Amino acid sequence: MSMTTAPAAPKARAGARTLAVTSGKGGVGKTFVTANLAAALAARGERVLVLDADLGLANLDVVLNLHPKLTLHDVFTERCTLEQAILPAPGGFHVLLAGSGMVEYSRLTPDVRDKLLHILEVVRPRFDYVLLDTGAGISDVVLFAVSMAHDVLVVATPEPTSLTDAYATIKVLATQQERRQVHLIINQANRPGEGKLICGQLQQVLQRFVGPSPGQSFKLELLGEVKNDAMVRQAVLKRQLLLEHYPGCDAAQGIRGLAAKVLEQSAGHP
Amino acid sequence: MDAPHSLIAAHKLRLDLALQLLQQAGAMLPDAEPYSEAWLQGILDALCDLSSKDALTGLVNRRSFEMALGREVDRVARSGEPALLLVLDIDHFKAVNDTYGHAAGDLVIRAVSQAIGQTVRPMDTVARIGGEEFAIILPNCPTSYGVTVAERIRQRVQALAVSMGSGQPPLTCTISIGGAFAPQWVRSSTLIWTERADRQLYRAKAEGRNRACLESHVDSLVSAEEKGMLFAVTQQDSE
Repeated sequence: MSMTTAPAAPKARAGARTLAVTSGKGGVGKTFVTANLAAALAARGERVLVLDADLGLANLDVVLNLHPKLTLHDVFTERCTLEQAILPAPGGFHVLLAGSGMVEYSRLTPDVRDKLLHILEVVRPRFDYVLLDTGAGISDVVLFAVSMAHDVLVVATPEPTSLTDAYATIKVLATQQERRQVHLIINQANRPGEGKLICGQLQQVLQRFVGPSPGQSFKLELLGEVKNDAMVRQAVLKRQLLLEHYPGCDAAQGIRGLAAKVLEQSAGHP
Repeated sequence: MDAPHSLIAAHKLRLDLALQLLQQAGAMLPDAEPYSEAWLQGILDALCDLSSKDALTGLVNRRSFEMALGREVDRVARSGEPALLLVLDIDHFKAVNDTYGHAAGDLVIRAVSQAIGQTVRPMDTVARIGGEEFAIILPNCPTSYGVTVAERIRQRVQALAVSMGSGQPPLTCTISIGGAFAPQWVRSSTLIWTERADRQLYRAKAEGRNRACLESHVDSLVSAEEKGMLFAVTQQDSE
């Protein structure tokens, strides 16, 4: 596998900025958002790798309609090199897919932990962004994947169940991992401004029930909202990237907004 | 083919060393016809018991502690009940050995192990995992209870006056404790769980010893009150 398909524009930054995308609840569009955010960043000239860190129930391949011969599983079992398993995806970014057969790695052992750390160490210098598509819920694989990341993006929808699970996840991240900041993405927003409203409310509940730990304050920041859009369903059913096939729709606009915010935030971190 | 029972000629087994070991350890020999099936089973059981216990304290030894911890990881994942792992270390133990000798050191270790055993529940596993290092697995331990349990053990040990025999003043000692929970959502391995508890033990040592440090634990459960406040916005919104 050659890396020539990736836009080769070496940046001053030493290694990729690692973003973990997670969600409390499954089925809120986490993988959809990850894949399209990757495409939006790639469209802005960034070298992006999406690492399927949902080891037990990976489905990035399904979302992208890829049929990978080589996956993370093959890298773990030394059936291929890491180079061989990094595949170009539609949308101009690269993926490292977990593949089936990773269920045995759904429990975090020191071995899995070391392998993931090593992989991240090797790929970071070659990309501008590494997006970790983590599993839903709060498992130790998810928490570990998140702990490797510079930033955490929590995807939620306005549904009460999704908000509850997102809140529980953020609570754990704020206290256990002592994160000072978590970014929120509201997917399937029903009206403009809903993301801001929800983010403000979550922040208030966090302040009241979790409270700032001594000497530091916690900030939940809205990365953006992606509108509830019929085109998303079309793209998902056809297993296509929204950004490539319906670039003009509201949701695509929202995704590009997320990418712009990511770039803006990273600019502050050399 | 012979029936399976005839595969072993029991009287041909060399059991001298095994019997010697059991006698030396003061283990009860099985009350059955020597070399009968029941007798052999009894010898095997006694040997298993011997190999799972620490000779000095009678506590569970390291090998069997690791087995118990593995079982606990599985049990937590299945039952969803949180479990607490505590690791304990006697403070400045080397000084006891150096000043009063190894016999005195052994007395201290025995006294501490007894004190721990008397402080925890019968269902808890207390193990000696190193020279002056102990570990306790507390199954089904509510997360809000962790600090209380650890603190109770610490105080109990601090209150000890270890008798050094006639004419000698009794010795006192303290312990440092580190602890970490295995909540249901952490499908962890025994190694990582131990590491997390160890990290807290180092913290307890670094912060001045004679204290208990537990990994800060957050309940991922969301209370009705929290939910009420969370949904205030979305509900208003849809009205």
